[in-house]
Amino acid sequence: MTTEAKPTTSSRRPVKPKPMEEYIEVFGNVPDEEEGQHFRYCPGCGLGIAQSAIMRAWDRIGIDPEKLVTVGGSGCYAVMGSYYKASQAHMGHGRACAMATAIKMSDPSLTVVTLQGDGDAMAIGAQHFVHAARRNIDITVIVFNNFVYGETGGQHGPTTPRDTITQTSPYGMVENEFDIINVALGAGAGYAARTTVFHAQHMVRAIEGAIRHKGFSVVEILQNCHELWGKRNGMPKATDMLEWYRDNSMTSAQAAKLEPEDILGKFIIGTWTGPDRPELSEEWQKLVDRVQSGEVQAAKGGGGKPPAP
Amino acid sequence: MDDSVLERLQLSPDGIKTADRRLIQGNEAICEGAIAAGVHFYAGYPITPCTEIAEQMSIRQPQVGGVYLQMEDEVGSINAVMGASLTGKKAMTATAGPGISLMQDGIGWTQTDEIPALIVNVQRAGPGLGNATRSGQMDVMQARWGPNGDREALVLAPSTVEEAFWLTLKAVNLSERLRMGVIMLPEGLLGLMREVVDLPDYATVPTEDRITPDSDPEAGKYDGTMTEITPFASFGTGHRSINGRWLEAGGAGGYASGSPLRGLEAQDYNIRRLHNKVLSRRDEITFYETSETDDAEVLLVAFGTQARSAQFAKDELRRQGVKAGLLRLITLFPFPGEVLEAAAANAKQIIVPEMNLGQIRGEVERALRQHPAEIVGVNHVDSTYIEPDEIISMVPAAARHQREGVTA
Repeated sequence: MTTEAKPTTSSRRPVKPKPMEEYIEVFGNVPDEEEGQHFRYCPGCGLGIAQSAIMRAWDRIGIDPEKLVTVGGSGCYAVMGSYYKASQAHMGHGRACAMATAIKMSDPSLTVVTLQGDGDAMAIGAQHFVHAARRNIDITVIVFNNFVYGETGGQHGPTTPRDTITQTSPYGMVENEFDIINVALGAGAGYAARTTVFHAQHMVRAIEGAIRHKGFSVVEILQNCHELWGKRNGMPKATDMLEWYRDNSMTSAQAAKLEPEDILGKFIIGTWTGPDRPELSEEWQKLVDRVQSGEVQAAKGGGGKPPAP
Repeated sequence: MDDSVLERLQLSPDGIKTADRRLIQGNEAICEGAIAAGVHFYAGYPITPCTEIAEQMSIRQPQVGGVYLQMEDEVGSINAVMGASLTGKKAMTATAGPGISLMQDGIGWTQTDEIPALIVNVQRAGPGLGNATRSGQMDVMQARWGPNGDREALVLAPSTVEEAFWLTLKAVNLSERLRMGVIMLPEGLLGLMREVVDLPDYATVPTEDRITPDSDPEAGKYDGTMTEITPFASFGTGHRSINGRWLEAGGAGGYASGSPLRGLEAQDYNIRRLHNKVLSRRDEITFYETSETDDAEVLLVAFGTQARSAQFAKDELRRQGVKAGLLRLITLFPFPGEVLEAAAANAKQIIVPEMNLGQIRGEVERALRQHPAEIVGVNHVDSTYIEPDEIISMVPAAARHQREGVTA
């Protein structure tokens, strides 16, 4: 595993935002207030920043919304898919990676992006996450990490920092947390990035790089849940948490120059590259071609060789 | 090719050409029936006694240009099946025992979000881990009621290897027609049994495809009858889709297009529609076989492989002068109560042999709650098969013959 920051070519290009109307025209699906609809995020929630960043990344790549599918499960973020013109699978809690794998295998021409929370991706859906990474299926997993189960009112999850207070850790969290980037790289992801809702421009480039990456890619977006986590841990306002991210973040390049004890408790943002392994949907198509052309037959009772060392 | 097998499943034998006669296993027949129906996506997790389905699909799917995905577990499998179906593929999975329990959540989604899929449960003996290599018929009520919430299920049980082939094809067709997950419920015995089957030329079998915005944009408009089946918008086909619902067709809740209903009214409408959609089409989905039921005073009601024992028992009872008949259920759910009532018109005794402690008997009792006949079961949960003699011994006149060693 390499943990060096390797900026992708896309990340050098500065983000020159267009008026939001232009993104919405192509990718957005704004709630109809006359129908009584509204954005279902809490005031100040960072999901809105992330929602915009994802559209900007799609725009920079020039994706056709008709060839775009988002896959989501349960959590505050789960409504995000319906705010896009893309097609959407809004299915069971945690199942996005399994479902996205099948969508990509069924139609490799689609761009498949999962929208997941920290609980969705790392707790109830962790097995699908690591196996999608192992298969190196060409999907992009976006994890909104707010350290807490927001939709159910603020219980602790697999990324909740130790000692912090949540609705189900009223004496302080005693469990250890997952490092999403390490899990992803360890499982075989070729591209993993961490960003925060404070670093909106970096977020766009991180998502763009992930979608452009051929293979399994992950973007962890550190997000503020001041309502249900910040308020219980000394950061009651949205701006408190944005400042917390601003003041405690450093790039992976900066972190590489420091001693481990100097980066404890810091948010290391950047892009990491994992192993360069074959991508599943391409490999499967090659297999189908070889079988259909008669080049290979199904082995019966052996015929294999010891794996290469 | 036995035309009666096809006709019983409302499949027209016209034009179907036989291509090959082979001795194959039930599990293989299920694979081939699915491929004949156009299944080009299989996701599963190996489990006895249906592992041969996974093995066979890993050989066959690349040959037909499809996808075989061995998932990390059964939860991933059923979700992968739904992902493929949402992308326009005909998709299936197969499992057994604890595996089918793990899939219940996803099966509920296929029924509630109307995602075509085939789910095969090659029943082992349960409960819990159960006995992997032995048969049971213990998942009958789970197939009907396993997932959360109130929704209809379509559950089909084959009795022979040949029927397993055609019923699998029919199940895929119905999953497309009704836009829902369909459950096939063979037993381990049938999955592992080998019989001779005439395999057709797959290009000549009748297959069905879901209605799409392109094939019929007018389909499924809200009409208040609660039976609508709306066009299925697959991902990547140029139509905005949420879980297959075609959003341009309107209906803020995504329910039938043009529906004026919102909120809890829409919820009520949709749950009732999911029931009515299935129940209003009972004529299309109720499959069964009757044998000498017209004058039957003793009616045997059986399904799956155990109906083959019941057939022997019925014939022997007739030889002894007992007016016995057999109703073999192929469609287990929606439970064919009207078919049962007709078959039981003259019945004084109804015997339900099954490899569980009375799951279908309970449905028989419910359907015949006004009926004066005595309803009894012959129940095995030791994974041994029900012998015809055990069924015969439940009939008082025949039991006396058995005791006294008299044959007719």
